[in-house]
Parts: sequence; C-alpha cells; structure tokens
Amino acid sequence: MGRNLKFNIFRYNPLDSRSVPHTDSFSLEETDSMTLFIALTRIREEQDPSLQFDFCCRAGICGSCAMVINGRPGLACKTLTRELPDEITLMPLPVFKLIGDLSVDTGTWFRAMNEKVGSWIHTDKTLDPDAHEERMDNALAEEIYELERCVECGCCVASCGTANMREDFVGAVALNRIARFMLDPRDQRKEREYFEVIGTDEGIFGCMGLLACEDVCPKELPLQDQLGILRRKMGWSAVKHLFRFG
Amino acid sequence: METEFSDLLCIGAGLAGERVAVEAASQGFKALCLSLVPPRRSHSSAAQGGMQAALGNCAMGEGDSPDVHFEDTVKGSDWGCDQEVARLFVETAPRAVREMAFWGIPWNRVVPGKSTYFKGGKQYEKVEAKEKEGLITARSFGGTAKWRTCYTSDGTGHTLLYTMDNKVVELGVKVHDRMEAISLIHDGETCMGAVVRDLKTGKLRAYLAKATLIATGGYGRIYRETTNAVINEGAGAIIALDTGIVPIGNPEAVQFHPTGIVPTHILVTEGCRGDGGTLLDVNEDRFMPEYEPEKAELASRDVVSRWMIHHIRRGLGVKGHYGDHLWLDIRHLGAHHIKTKLREVEEICNNFLGIDPITQLIPVRPAQHYTMAGVRTDKDGAAYGLKGLFAAGEAACWDLHGFNRLGGNSLAETVVAGKIVGEKIAEFLKGYEVSFKTSVIRDCMVRDLERIERLVSCKDGNEDVYRIRNAMQDELMDRVGIFRNGTDLQKAVDNLEEIYERAKKVGIRSNWIGASPELTLAIKIQGMVRLALCVAYGALKRTESRGCHAREDFEARNDRDWLNRTLATWKEGDSLPTLNYEPASRVIALPPGSRGYGESKIISADEETSEEA
Ligand SMILES: Cc1cc2nc3c(=O)[nH]c(=O)nc-3n(C[C@H](O)[C@H](O)[C@H](O)COP(=O)(O)OP(=O)(O)OC[C@H]3O[C@@H](n4cnc5c(N)ncnc54)[C@H](O)[C@@H]3O)c2cc1C
Ligand code: SF4
Ligand code: SF4
Ligand code: FES
Repeated sequence: MGRNLKFNIFRYNPLDSRSVPHTDSFSLEETDSMTLFIALTRIREEQDPSLQFDFCCRAGICGSCAMVINGRPGLACKTLTRELPDEITLMPLPVFKLIGDLSVDTGTWFRAMNEKVGSWIHTDKTLDPDAHEERMDNALAEEIYELERCVECGCCVASCGTANMREDFVGAVALNRIARFMLDPRDQRKEREYFEVIGTDEGIFGCMGLLACEDVCPKELPLQDQLGILRRKMGWSAVKHLFRFG
Repeated sequence: METEFSDLLCIGAGLAGERVAVEAASQGFKALCLSLVPPRRSHSSAAQGGMQAALGNCAMGEGDSPDVHFEDTVKGSDWGCDQEVARLFVETAPRAVREMAFWGIPWNRVVPGKSTYFKGGKQYEKVEAKEKEGLITARSFGGTAKWRTCYTSDGTGHTLLYTMDNKVVELGVKVHDRMEAISLIHDGETCMGAVVRDLKTGKLRAYLAKATLIATGGYGRIYRETTNAVINEGAGAIIALDTGIVPIGNPEAVQFHPTGIVPTHILVTEGCRGDGGTLLDVNEDRFMPEYEPEKAELASRDVVSRWMIHHIRRGLGVKGHYGDHLWLDIRHLGAHHIKTKLREVEEICNNFLGIDPITQLIPVRPAQHYTMAGVRTDKDGAAYGLKGLFAAGEAACWDLHGFNRLGGNSLAETVVAGKIVGEKIAEFLKGYEVSFKTSVIRDCMVRDLERIERLVSCKDGNEDVYRIRNAMQDELMDRVGIFRNGTDLQKAVDNLEEIYERAKKVGIRSNWIGASPELTLAIKIQGMVRLALCVAYGALKRTESRGCHAREDFEARNDRDWLNRTLATWKEGDSLPTLNYEPASRVIALPPGSRGYGESKIISADEETSEEA
C-alpha cells in the first residue's frame, strides 16, 4: 500500500460567474514512480473532470506544465510525488494570465517576449541553396545550444521579484535569449542594437540579481552567468552610448 | 459569428505547419496557424535524435548521396512508400538542413581527428577529415547504410522548432494557440476553412481560408501506451475522415518503439542498446539471444518489440502496478559512459522513475511511437477529394514512409515536405479565388453547436468519456498492436463497433463552462473511435506482413496481392470504414526485394500459386 496523498489545488474558473477562487482537496493513493502528471490526470479522470491543468510532452521537454508546487515553481510532469510530503499544494504560476485552475496563458506572454527581443537571426545575407553551409566551430555550436535549451516554461519569470512587481520586465528568459544571439556570429546585430532592447529598467537594469530564476530553472540554465555578462557588457555599452549621443 | 480570414490556414503549428506557413508568408500570402498549445510546445520539440540528410560530411557518412538515402528509405518502408515522393524528399533534404542552419540551428559540426564510437557494445575508432572541419556532422541511426542523421546534441526537435517559430515571429505570421479545429468547412468539393473551438473560452469561431493545411502531427494517443504527447489525439485525421470524402492512407501502418519506460512511456533512446545495453526478464535473464541469435538486442525496432511482447506473453514479464514489463540493463556500461554518452537516459531515469541506471534496472515495455498513416495527399501535398485542402508532416500520408519509417526521416519530412508543399500552396493561391458560401459556413457551424449542445445536456446518454477512451485504447493496444492475427483483429473490430455505439451516448458530467477538458475530449471521442476502427479494420483486411504490420497468420510480405496502399473513408451513418486500394507507387525505380534485415518471407509479384495462411 502506498501513502495516502492529499492534494490541495487552487480552483477558479474566471468564465463562470458563480466561481470564486478557492482550494479543493483530493486524496489519492500513491503508486510506484508516480509523477504529478499521473496524479493530476487520475484526479481529473476519476474525481473531477472539470479540473484544468496543462500537460503536453509529460517528459520535461515542452515546458507546458509549470505550476507552483508546495510554494516553488517547477515542472509538474518532472516532479515525483515521492519527493514531496503527504500534503501537496498546487497553485497556478503568478505573472501569467489565469485561464482556469492551474492553467495559465504562457503563449501570449512568450510570443510578445520573442517579438520584443527580436528572437531570430538578423542578417542581410541571402541563402545560396546550392552552396555548402557556412562553417562553425563545434564548440561554439554547443555553447549556443546550451543557452538555446530554454523551454519557455515561465518558472524563472514566476519566481522573479521584479517580474512580479512590474509587468514590463522582460525576465531572465529574455535576457538569456539575447545572450544566445550575441554569441551567434550569424546574427549581425551590433551591441548597441541589443542595448536598445534590454539596456533599460525593463531589461537588465531592472534585475535585482537575487537569482531566484536560476534556482528554479528546470533546465538548469546558467542564468546567473548570463545576467552577469550582460550587465557588464550593457553597463559598458551604456557608457559608450551616453558618450556618443549624450 | 466571429470569423477570421486568411489565404492559408495551417491547422497545426509544429514543424510541418510552421514551415508551410513560412513559405506562404515569404511569398506574400497571409498565413495563419492554429495550435492546441503554444507553438513551441508542439510535439516536434520532443524529438531528440536528429534528422536525416545525405550531406556526407562526417567520416562515417563518406560516399553518402541522395541515391543511398533513397534506397534506405524505400527498403525501410518495405516498398510501401511512393517512390516519386521518396526521390523528391532525398534530393531536397540537404538543402533543407542548410536552410535551417542559415536560420539559426546550432547543428553539431565536424571536429577533425580521431574519436571513438560504440557499435553492438564494442568500441571502434574513426578519423574525421581536416578539410571537413566545421561542416554539419551526422550520427548513426537504425536502418541506414551511412551516418546521415544531423543533430544538435540531445535536442534536435527542440532547436528546429524554436528556430522555425523564430522565423514565424520574424515574418509576423500569427499563431492562434489553444485553438482546436473541430471540423472542416466544405461543400463536398472545395474546402473553405475550419470550425475552431477556443480552448481558453470554449467559444466557436469560423476560420475561412482559400487553402487549408492539416499539419496536426501523429495520433499515438488512440493507443493506451505511446511515446507521443498527450495532445496527439488525431483531431486532424478525424476532421478529414468526417468529410466522408478525404481518405486516410494506410491506417494500419503504426510503428512501435521497444523501450518506453513504465509507467509514463517516455522514450529512452535506441543508443542504450546500440552501446551494449541488454534486455532482461523477470528472472533477470537475457532473452533476446534466444530469439535472435545473431543480432540479439540490436535487431530492428519492430523485431525487438515483437519478441519483447512474445516473452511477456510467455509469462516471463515482471509484474508491476502498471502491468507486466521487462528490464533494460545498462549498469555494465559503467558510470562514466552513462554520464557522458547517455546523459539524457540518466536524467529520464532520475526524474521520471526515481531510479539510478548506473546501479538499477530500468522498467521498459514497447509503446506506440509513430503514425505512418495519415491524410492521403498527392506529391504536392494536396489532399485527395477536396480542392483547397492540403496536409503535411506526420499527419499526412504523403507517403514517404510506407509501412515503416526510418528514425530521423520524420523530422526531415516535416521541413522538406513543409518546403515543397508550401511552394505548391503558394502556386495554388496565385490567382485562386473562392467564394465563401455563407449557407455552407452556417450549416457547419450549426452542426457543431448542436453536437456540443447534445453533449452538455446529456441528450444522448451519460456515458463517461474517459471510460470510452480507455476501452478504445485497450482494444488497440491488446489486439491491434505489434503482433496481429485474424481472430484478434476481428474481435477488436467487433468490440470497437460496440464502443462506437457507446461513444454516441457520451454526456458531460462536470461544469462545462469555459475551456472544459471533459468537453474537449467528448467532442472528438466518436472521431477517435472511428479512427481506431480504420486502424483495426485496415489491419484485419491486409492479409500479409509488411514493415510494422506483422500478421502471425500471414507471415510473408505479399507483393503479388498487397503491393498497395489502403485508403479508408467513412460514409456518414456507417459503423465501419470503406476501404479502397491504390498501387503503392506509380513509378518503381527500386523494384521490391529483400530489405537485408529482419526476417523476410516474400511472395513476389509474379508468383502464381497462392500461399496457404
Ligand atoms: C519521443 C519522440 C521522439 C522522436 N524522435 C525523432 C527523431 O529523433 N527523429 C525524427 O526524425 N523523428 C522523431 N520523432 C518523430 C517526429 O518528432 C514527428 O514525426 C514530427 O516532429 C511531427 O511534426 P509535425 O509538425 O507533423 O507535428 P507536431 O509537431 O506534432 O505538431 C502538430 C501541431 O498540430 C497542432 N494541432 C493538433 N491538432 C489540432 C487541432 N485540432 N487544431 C489545431 N491545432 C492542432 C498541435 O498543437 C501542434 O502544433 C519522434 C517522435 C517522438 C514521439
Ligand atoms: S536575478 Fe534578476 S531576473 Fe533573476 S529572479 Fe532575480 S530579478 Fe529576476
Ligand atoms: S530560462 Fe529556465 S526557467 Fe526560464 S523559461 Fe527558460 S527553461 Fe524555464
Ligand atoms: S508536460 Fe512538457 S514539460 Fe511537463
């Protein structure tokens, strides 16, 4: 016999005028290798079919299932119940717009983020489809990949003090994205152009450097390093910027 | 009624859907994508291994060419593929890889000098050429003569999808996420778009377009155990089938993967076995050498999966809370090897099983993996039966894969077909005008509204949708799985027909206001069971074995009677699909022969006598 787990789950359906935010409790017997994906799916299918939450890959790859698990943002599919106490409290991610219960709208937020930071290779070259690809050092390719591993789950944003206070803060995820493109020789943007995007209080200077973001990142991205590098570069760039235009 | 207009409506924003949208948008057309989830969460992101393209840059890929790739693909398909499509595909793949590099993929590159690799548990050495330094490299994948699989570490699908969506953002193509197409708007001749349900609010909207593309991916979730994402439930195939006109090609062609972990069926890579991992049973005995003395664990995916199920049926599986399973053992590879070469496997074991593969055994069982079947199209991606309807990617039966898809060929298919079909759609759109008939649109809309009304008011009954789905999944898993035979298949068809009747009586039991996950499933449950019936019935009627379709009662591949493709359509009111057949390939550049791996009994096209079952 497994443990008897008690789940306290935040409930609210903003579209239902009778609904008010509250907590519902469910109990479930723990089984081998039970993850929050298995547990929540069972609760929905066996106890309350209206329960809203998001899973997609259920393998820690797609970033759909971030929620606040006993006070800490994390990927639910990647969380084994046996690492949690008998009582498990689940809340939706803050900062993002609530859709219902544990489900939040990350799609709109991340699309806007990607537009804001210009998350693509900026180049005036054109592709010659019959030519060999441009060469790249494998070590550099791997370095870029390290930063590209972000799954846009939103955990870093949800845990960030600045993001919780000011809506326009781009978050560690956006700063990491900029760092990824700055590394990439195919992107022809100048430092000054990156600076225009993130060299502000909405960007790198809004960050208080408390690093909650790196702590919760399920991909263990080196956010601390990237924020440090950017701050130094941008600080320097800001000086140059003022000097040139001031 | 809220309405959206575009030139091209892409139902699906995975790699295939977005690549098509990018092409149309680049040529000045208004493209709009729909997705059940934010686009970057589409299942394409889960592919870790890589994509095939004959670049021939790495040492083990020397001498590779589209011709060799072509041969591998046709053999892999067990001669079920369309050879014109395969030719087009292999010629375009290298360009598609380079295009993706240009758009930002950090492909792994050739590093000159000596390095080691594992094959069949043994270590070998290779030397990469200095002059190839920095070009895109490749790794080995099953069923290929050369190392041809381009990759970015353990996240190829992820980087491809992120780069593609970056392009979509750059071009300003809109993606409406959390939107589900629930039916196609058509008048029996022309497709005009789709009725779409908003998964944030539950509201319906009409999306009208001159061209509509189905790029909804695979539908492993009609099976109980699958490596696919939970959203892969077949909506694209369902709305096509519901037209009564558009056929599903080869519904019986379903691929399984030997090593899904139990209980969540997350895939662990073939690399485990490639590097020397073994499969053990309840007594911790290695059993594969008994069945396949030569290749043992390294036989092809289908063969290993089949023997695993056979062994479990003999009662030698390990009993567990989630059914019987077997063990994958990589302990003897050692901590160093596991931590460097099989890092993602270690992570999966730690994170999803809470076990340490360096000291513990991994519970595994074969799981559904890939849908070769799909919306049947011609080589331009145009669906059979309706003008203005197209399909691409795993949702389509273009037909590159026939009865067995090679690893690495499906990611490649998404971007290659995306490019080709995108160009063809752009051509189609030039000068094409369609009149959106209001009466047709209204009728489609009203029909869907009524359907939903019946469900929420429990007008037809109050069957529990989850029970129906589970019953359907069990039926496919247990009787239309890896081994198939006439008796079980007939039983599956009978049972599924019964389940179909019950599916018509589903009623919603919970508060359905807003997004309602229960209603979302209930809307497509009948379609899912119809799809399941296409798979089971197609498999029953195909009295031969080909690729992944393994009949115990018809063991030979029969090129005399079955060198063809099943086309399943569904007439309104019927309880079974209508099956028709067409030749597998109009052009045959590589005539049917032996694949050179797996068991092969072949009845050749010119054989006179019919073989006994
Ligand atoms: C675990 C795993 C590993 C794999 N590894 C490899 C590999 O290494 N190499 C390889 O070549 N292949 C691999 N594959 C296969 C490959 O990943 C897929 O075939 C391919 O990515 C499918 O891409 P797609 O664009 O066709 O579909 P998907 O990426 O699945 O996208 C489907 C899209 O359709 C949307 N959608 C679905 N239904 C609707 C609807 N009704 N309305 C609106 N939108 C809808 C979804 O939201 C999504 O955006 C793997 C598959 C799995 C499961
Ligand atoms: S370090 Fe900066 S980005 Fe990270 S949580 Fe703190 S304020 Fe937010
Ligand atoms: S940086 Fe980490 S926590 Fe933030 S969105 Fe990306 S993966 Fe999630
Ligand atoms: S469901 Fe994809 S990360 Fe959890």
